[in-house]
Amino acid sequence: MSESKFYENTEWQETGKTFLDSNEMILNMGPQHPSTHGVLRVILKLDGEKVLGTDCVIGYLHRGVEKIAENRTYAQFNPYVDRMDYVAAVSNGLGYCEAVEKLLGVEAPERAQYIRVILTELNRLASHQVWLGTHALDIGALTPLFYCFRDREEILKIFEKYCGARLTTHAFRIGGCQYEIYEGFEKEVLDYCDFVLPKIDEYEELLTTNRIWVKRTKGVGVLSGAECIELGATGPVLRGSGVQWDLRKAQPYAAYAKFEFDIPIGKNGDTYDRYLVRIEEMRQSVRILRQAASGIPEGPILAKVPKVLRPPAGEIYHSIEAPKGELGYFIVSDGSTQPYRVRVRPPSFVNLQTLDKMVRGWLVADVVAVIGTLDIVLGEVDR
Amino acid sequence: MPDEIQPIGASSPAEKPAEENKAVPSTASTSPAAELPATPAEAKPPNPEAPKQPTADKPVAAAENPAAAAKLKAPAAAQPAVAGAAKPAATGAAAKPPAAPPKPPAPKTDPWESPLIEKLRQAYGSGLREASTYMRQNYMVVDKSIASDVLRHLRDQEQFDYCVDVTAVHYPKRDEQFEVIWILYSFARNQRIRVKTQIKEGEPVPSAVSLWPTANWLEREVFDMFGILFTGHPDLRRILMPDGWKGHPLRKDYGLMQQDEQWVKTNLGIESGQ
Repeated sequence: MSESKFYENTEWQETGKTFLDSNEMILNMGPQHPSTHGVLRVILKLDGEKVLGTDCVIGYLHRGVEKIAENRTYAQFNPYVDRMDYVAAVSNGLGYCEAVEKLLGVEAPERAQYIRVILTELNRLASHQVWLGTHALDIGALTPLFYCFRDREEILKIFEKYCGARLTTHAFRIGGCQYEIYEGFEKEVLDYCDFVLPKIDEYEELLTTNRIWVKRTKGVGVLSGAECIELGATGPVLRGSGVQWDLRKAQPYAAYAKFEFDIPIGKNGDTYDRYLVRIEEMRQSVRILRQAASGIPEGPILAKVPKVLRPPAGEIYHSIEAPKGELGYFIVSDGSTQPYRVRVRPPSFVNLQTLDKMVRGWLVADVVAVIGTLDIVLGEVDR
Repeated sequence: MPDEIQPIGASSPAEKPAEENKAVPSTASTSPAAELPATPAEAKPPNPEAPKQPTADKPVAAAENPAAAAKLKAPAAAQPAVAGAAKPAATGAAAKPPAAPPKPPAPKTDPWESPLIEKLRQAYGSGLREASTYMRQNYMVVDKSIASDVLRHLRDQEQFDYCVDVTAVHYPKRDEQFEVIWILYSFARNQRIRVKTQIKEGEPVPSAVSLWPTANWLEREVFDMFGILFTGHPDLRRILMPDGWKGHPLRKDYGLMQQDEQWVKTNLGIESGQ
């Protein structure tokens, strides 16, 4: 949450001129700004409307999640991870549970893995719907927000029915799932698949060929594949730039190896391509959901794990493909009941770093579009 | 207008990266979700390598050939290093047995043998303190003085083009209190490794920002949370904690209840700690 010497380095201060001699201006965007998706503060250096540079001030939502982990047992820390990326809480939980399972040397039963995949993919859909709604709203299209939240509601209802919570679900336990699926769960998921596919077409009808949308997104915030890699951007940002990399395929976890799906990629690495990639990802999620929901195997849902978890001393890094990118957990165990160190590799945090590169030389209005296309959640950026 | 809008269709198989040979059943792993199944050199030593890697289409993959790895048997120096330096938390391992009776033997830290390590060992000798595999994840511990060179070598020569994370761990009882960890990934190899270095309190670490721009914020966070300085970092300042905050929260000696009372009092107008 630190401010740079941004204020001091403006042109007119260096040369001893007055600010009237310069067109440079410093503009604070946020932290209380509707299009910053939370409490992100961007200090913009402007020349008229042109962005000369940015500086992100983050940390307003810092809760010290990693420190909390050191003072909780492995199971106690599980609900906390939901509070990072709160629109994709299930993914956070999946990553954490799998990391601890790896450390313990246990594997969740197949049935649990299928349930995990279903809930995680539902959550990916929900997360992308929130992204689309808010992103479109930022750019000026009001309608998609209502459409997306209307359809996301059905997913939250499934979550609520399954585990009692809608957002911070705490759906998984270390070793599998706590709850058996309820009566008619598969049918509801399959029904939702049938329900949502036409809705995705509906979103596309509103935006894909919409002249304003195309003008505002095409060619804006361009990142090449190589730039994405060196800036560490993952998820749809990386795929939008044409790098076909998805951890679900590259290093499959849970039951993803059993399902057929494609990794959509973009060509130009601009905001419009990232939009198309996420839209296509929603359809692929539906594909996975259909396969998973129609083939949940019988069996236990929780592996045999001791009541008190004492993973052997050692370190593990495990990452999953969260809706925003690579979500990694680096856990150091010293053999006690509490983790010695938990490091979360947050995709939003790393992706946000590309903002400066993407908006330099563009207009203020494009900053809004680019923040939207990065799909950041400040709860995860700040942790 | 509409004809320039190209919806992104399903992927073409030709563009898929090297992890296609994931389909090959890996003898080393019990689950399909196992990490790094495509690189045979990382498999546990007792496993016969024969049925694997029928599609060694990449030169790198060929170089990682298990036969080659077996030939380059580890210099004996590697073994004591593993036993001695690794895992000072052996006390923790001792406390484990009562937890679960039918537990399989605790996972072992095996030496990590691969052409990559062999090359590094030739170049840096004992600067490469340890190269090990734990739970099929590879890591190496290198001397602080060569950390920057090793990272550069890994990026330029070994295709580790993506810096996943930079982080640190604090071990207050050790002489070299801090462990700085770089997690690297190679798209070409579909392989992830960790490079670690150990430093004393107050010692700076060379920054990796010139190698991977992504290290910028990650190193700032390490500085913020641990107080570790990175030399050559363009803009090393706090990132998550407020300006003027005292202390570095992720240090083990940071009192959870004694936050920066002064800061909290002046900025929030409340008593801190509760």
